[in-house]
Amino acid sequence: MAKRVLIADDEPNIVISLEFLMEQAGYETRVATNGQEALDLVASFHPDLVLLDIMFPGKSGYEVCQRLKSDAATRDVKIVIVSAKGRGIEVAKALELGADAFIAKPFSTRDLVGKVREMLGDA
Amino acid sequence: MTGPRTSVATIVVPGAALGMLALAAAALWVELGPDERATVAALLTPPRVGLLVLLALALAGILGWIAHRLVAPLTRDAGRIAEAVRLVAHGNPSHRLPPSGGVELQAVAAAVNELADARAKLLADVETAAAEGEARVEEERTRLAALIAELDQSVLVCNREGRVLLYNAAAVALLGGSGKSGGSQLLGLGRSVFGIIDRAVIVHAIEAMERQVTRAVRESTRFVTATADGRLLRVQAAPVAGAGDDPAAGRELAGYVLLLSDVTENVEADAKHAALFRNLVETTRAALANIRAAIENLTEHPDLEAPRRTRFATVIRDEAVRMSDRLHELTGEATEGLKASWPLEEMRGEDLLTLARSRIERRTGLRTRLEAADPALWLRVDSFPLAQGICYIAQRLKDEFKVREVRFRLLPVGGHAQLDVLWRGPPMSSETAFAWQGEPFTHGGEDSPLTLVQVSERHGGELWYQFDVPTQMAYFRFLLPQAGARDSTPGRSAPSRPEFYDFDLFHRSPSAAALDERPLADLTYTVFDTETTGLNPTDGDEIIAIGAVRIVNGRLLQGETFESLVDPRRALSEASVAVHGITPEVLAGQPTIESVLPQFRRFVEETVLVGHNAAFDMRFLELNEARTGIRFDQPVLDTLLLSAAVNPAQESHSLEEIAARLGVEIVGRHTALGDALVTADVFLRLIPLLAERGIRTLGQARAASEKTYYARLKY
Repeated sequence: MAKRVLIADDEPNIVISLEFLMEQAGYETRVATNGQEALDLVASFHPDLVLLDIMFPGKSGYEVCQRLKSDAATRDVKIVIVSAKGRGIEVAKALELGADAFIAKPFSTRDLVGKVREMLGDA
Repeated sequence: MTGPRTSVATIVVPGAALGMLALAAAALWVELGPDERATVAALLTPPRVGLLVLLALALAGILGWIAHRLVAPLTRDAGRIAEAVRLVAHGNPSHRLPPSGGVELQAVAAAVNELADARAKLLADVETAAAEGEARVEEERTRLAALIAELDQSVLVCNREGRVLLYNAAAVALLGGSGKSGGSQLLGLGRSVFGIIDRAVIVHAIEAMERQVTRAVRESTRFVTATADGRLLRVQAAPVAGAGDDPAAGRELAGYVLLLSDVTENVEADAKHAALFRNLVETTRAALANIRAAIENLTEHPDLEAPRRTRFATVIRDEAVRMSDRLHELTGEATEGLKASWPLEEMRGEDLLTLARSRIERRTGLRTRLEAADPALWLRVDSFPLAQGICYIAQRLKDEFKVREVRFRLLPVGGHAQLDVLWRGPPMSSETAFAWQGEPFTHGGEDSPLTLVQVSERHGGELWYQFDVPTQMAYFRFLLPQAGARDSTPGRSAPSRPEFYDFDLFHRSPSAAALDERPLADLTYTVFDTETTGLNPTDGDEIIAIGAVRIVNGRLLQGETFESLVDPRRALSEASVAVHGITPEVLAGQPTIESVLPQFRRFVEETVLVGHNAAFDMRFLELNEARTGIRFDQPVLDTLLLSAAVNPAQESHSLEEIAARLGVEIVGRHTALGDALVTADVFLRLIPLLAERGIRTLGQARAASEKTYYARLKY
């Protein structure tokens, strides 16, 4: 069964690429466009990994990350932050809150796919 | 007053004469034989005895009269002199005694007159000096007032209690209509500054200034505060230290100077600018990410079906258009906010914690504890709202979680500083934590519209809540910007800044009169001392410490000192360690002479060097010349030689002896800076003594030094 990747981003123009890349890499995908939807989809879709943006309307990516990592049921879901924020202080915060990796926009699509594969043990 | 003494003389003298007559008669009577006594007894018939007694009394009377005539003028003149002296002393200093009486009394009167003349001259000198001093103070005050009046920046000078002592027109323009309790005129001499500026902010600044004054540390005393009418003032506070000549004893804060400027527009523009910039960076990154991903998808998958190709192409076009629009929009807005910088100040991390802890303890009664703090960590912060925010967290922890103790941890992590506010207790829900971060500080008497999120953003920092399961400790973590690396090279030590201006510098004429012709009292000096590994410079002994202080216009500038240890790269003699107490461990890793001498050279530039037994120190400097290429060719004066010129009869001219003779208190001997300070004090006291001997210029002082015996000492 294909591994599952949840794409949590409110920007349709990046979602289209992320979806394409994940499908090309052989993963099953779903898309959430805000923080609450991301939390709900984690509960119903059971992804192995979340590509998570930080800047969302409502709940921020930081909050989603912290909640997923503090809940025993979702702690093992890998979280890769994909954000236009990229200052050291923001990266540090994301990693402290439990994110497994941080990819700053703009990114190389190869690097992104490589990082996802690595996280899911498919490298 | 002379009456009783005269009467005594007129009674005693005839009484004594009568007594002596009686004694002579009695002695004569004893000497007589029985026959002679009978003859005398026969002669002394009662009428004859009466006649004899009368004769004796008459003689006594005459003697008494003579005594009276002789003694009376003496006592009268002595009384007159006493009265005249009292008159000179307490009434009329210009009164003089007329010559009268005997030669001796006239001499006494003349001596008294000389004394009175000397005293009058002294009084006149004191008066002149006092008048000159007053005039100088008045002149300095006038200059200062003129300077302050001309400043565009608003200036307030306050005493420790916050009473306004001085303000300028700009301050009136800025604050005239402002005030916490309405629009009335609140700025005035003797009025409280707290009517204009929030007391809490001033108290915060005073605490920082006190640390600055007592510990001689540089600390941020800039802050931004809001007036009642909603304007933002940037305030810079500078301490005014109380009088006190001993820097080691610490000084008290006597008052402070506040420099105010209205930064409402700047701060708004600045905040807007910062937000715009961040927005630009983030939207650009996002757009670039979209474009790049789409292009890479297109190039790496050339066999894509047409609809998908079109979609990626559309993404690229849309994003490019969006980016250009955004850039266009921003170029107009962004230039508006480029004027000022955000008022963040550099502050030692530990001091920020001290501030926050004392605020928490005072306001909430909670215990605080420092778990760890890196003393070398400096932050770039706006300390007041940050301390307020930390205190707000503590207050809510106390009110809503019944927490009794708050702990702190401050460590450098990566390029930033990680400040944790920790407590023991059950975890808090993330909703609560996010809510606290977004609500204004309106707890426990705090009344600020700021939120933790805003404070964190203002610092370009981050903030979040976390719970550590193993230790069962919860914490809020602030990531804050670190200040640039501190300059840890020794050079000038932290200035105590007692003299930060010297208006006498205005009197300087640029005339290039040769230094030798210049009066000693007018020159600028660097008084210095070295500590060394031993006493033999030619046998390889080296300098291990240099201390120096400047004298400008006859003032010892305690705030302008140079102090540096030097790694001698060789062993120290035990004898020398016993003298200066500097051990090899202390010197390991200190800068070498090659890096210290250039700094010292800059410090002594264009000054006359002064040292005690300077030949010794100069020899060490000369021997380093070959290695460092640094030459100290300015004139040198030696307090040892000058003391010998002033007191040729004295045998010892050791620094201790001279200091004791001149009443200089010795503090911190055998540290280079301590000895330099004592030497400087000695030197200042030698200048007037040299002047008494006609040695007034540098050239004369050098000539006198050369003549003295000690000038022949060579190292």
